[in-house]
Amino acid sequence: MSFSTELLIKVLVVLATAPVMALGLTLLEVKGSAWMQRRPGPLHVGLRGFIFPLATAAKYLQKETIIPNDVDEPVFKWAPAWVIAAVVGLFTIIPLSPTLIVRDLELGVFFLLAISSISTIGVLTAGWSSANKFSLMGGLRAAGQLIAYELPLILSVVGVVIQAETMSTVGIVEKQIEFGFPFVIAGQGIAFIIFMIAATAEMMRTPFDMPIGESELTMGFFTEYSGIRFLIFYISEYINLFVMCAIASTLFLGGYHVPLLPTEWVNFYGPLVLIGKTFLLAFILIAIRWSFPRFREDQLQTLAWKVLIPLSLLNIMATAIMKVVF
Amino acid sequence: MEAIDIFSYFLLLLLLLSGVKVVTTSNVIHAAIFLVFTLATTAVLFILLSAEFVALVLILVYIGAVIVLFLFGVMITRAPLGPNAELDNDQNKLLAAVISLSIFGIFTYILLQTFDSTVVISEGTSTKLLGEILLSRFVFPFELVSFVLLGALIGGITLARKDNALMDEDQI
Repeated sequence: MSFSTELLIKVLVVLATAPVMALGLTLLEVKGSAWMQRRPGPLHVGLRGFIFPLATAAKYLQKETIIPNDVDEPVFKWAPAWVIAAVVGLFTIIPLSPTLIVRDLELGVFFLLAISSISTIGVLTAGWSSANKFSLMGGLRAAGQLIAYELPLILSVVGVVIQAETMSTVGIVEKQIEFGFPFVIAGQGIAFIIFMIAATAEMMRTPFDMPIGESELTMGFFTEYSGIRFLIFYISEYINLFVMCAIASTLFLGGYHVPLLPTEWVNFYGPLVLIGKTFLLAFILIAIRWSFPRFREDQLQTLAWKVLIPLSLLNIMATAIMKVVF
Repeated sequence: MEAIDIFSYFLLLLLLLSGVKVVTTSNVIHAAIFLVFTLATTAVLFILLSAEFVALVLILVYIGAVIVLFLFGVMITRAPLGPNAELDNDQNKLLAAVISLSIFGIFTYILLQTFDSTVVISEGTSTKLLGEILLSRFVFPFELVSFVLLGALIGGITLARKDNALMDEDQI
């Protein structure tokens, strides 16, 4: 198979998988929230609520696109594209099995950190170009939050990279198989918790949803968006949830591997195992979202700079010392 | 001409166009976004030259941090949208032309002096090798650069922070 055919097939598979995973997680979110808050819609309406995400997507697709008069039109129109391009790009390094991966990059983890930082530009330009004070405040809060939480996210992964001696995602999973335990048990438990907290903040989900904060800022940086562009912001939130949980499963929970199953069949059960672990992590984040209230802005910054960053630096030091000693 | 050559020339054209737009547009945010395109095209060119690490550093540091801080600064200080007349002046065009032409000349001269017409074929950079060299042969410059950056950081904080003798300790 030539390089370009292979590339085309991989791109098509990713473009088909991303919305399906987003729909699955939307379903999990609405059903989880309905179950926790006794909402009848997602539990009983239409095939016991299972067509709810499809109905949501159809609703937004047929809505009118409204563009306010004073917006900076090209910047406003293209802002959602930055966000979705960044999250879909991350599918490149998610390993469903040692061979079922778009590309096993030597710099896999570094790629994750570089590409995920692009979505900040989308959020900032969306907030700024809307010509709306609520949007601007949302954009400013988002920028402060994304800059602050990118550091613990990067630093918590450094511990894993030191322990695995590689940045390739397949390499990290293979190291965990060789070791016999996933990294969350074998020394990186604190890093896992820091990673999950920082990832929740990066995704701007409750309890870190100040940039959106309905009760304070209407809808924050995407207040002025409607129709298909709103849908792109909405769906990229769930694609991001999938990607972040899949990366966390790969780095800390052993990825596509489960003990006792024969490794030669990994191409069959690998994708299911990884998606299962991902949905489990996503369910925990969903349960947190529907149980906790929002932080205050200063508490958010304090948590990042005074707790998470020092803790992850200590984790790096401890991992490095253990690496030299053993 | 192979497909990859056509692709590189297309990228160079894109790089040139977005670079020109960065300096000619009178809207600060548009300039920042064109700068993102410029940097992204440069990153793709580095990937074509199999320097993956440099390309990703370009994206992480310049697009992910520098441009974001730039946009952040613009949003705090310059809330009204639209073009800014101050950015469109004719005063120093000659000086700017002289400076940019001389920088272009110096770079062309250095590149021709160093490589002339030799073609460098590389197997691609190994990040592992890069890390080892950085912590063995170049460990002194590496530490020196970190020290300079630390100095800049402390200096920045000292300059930005007002004298807080008048402030309550619990207000900080």
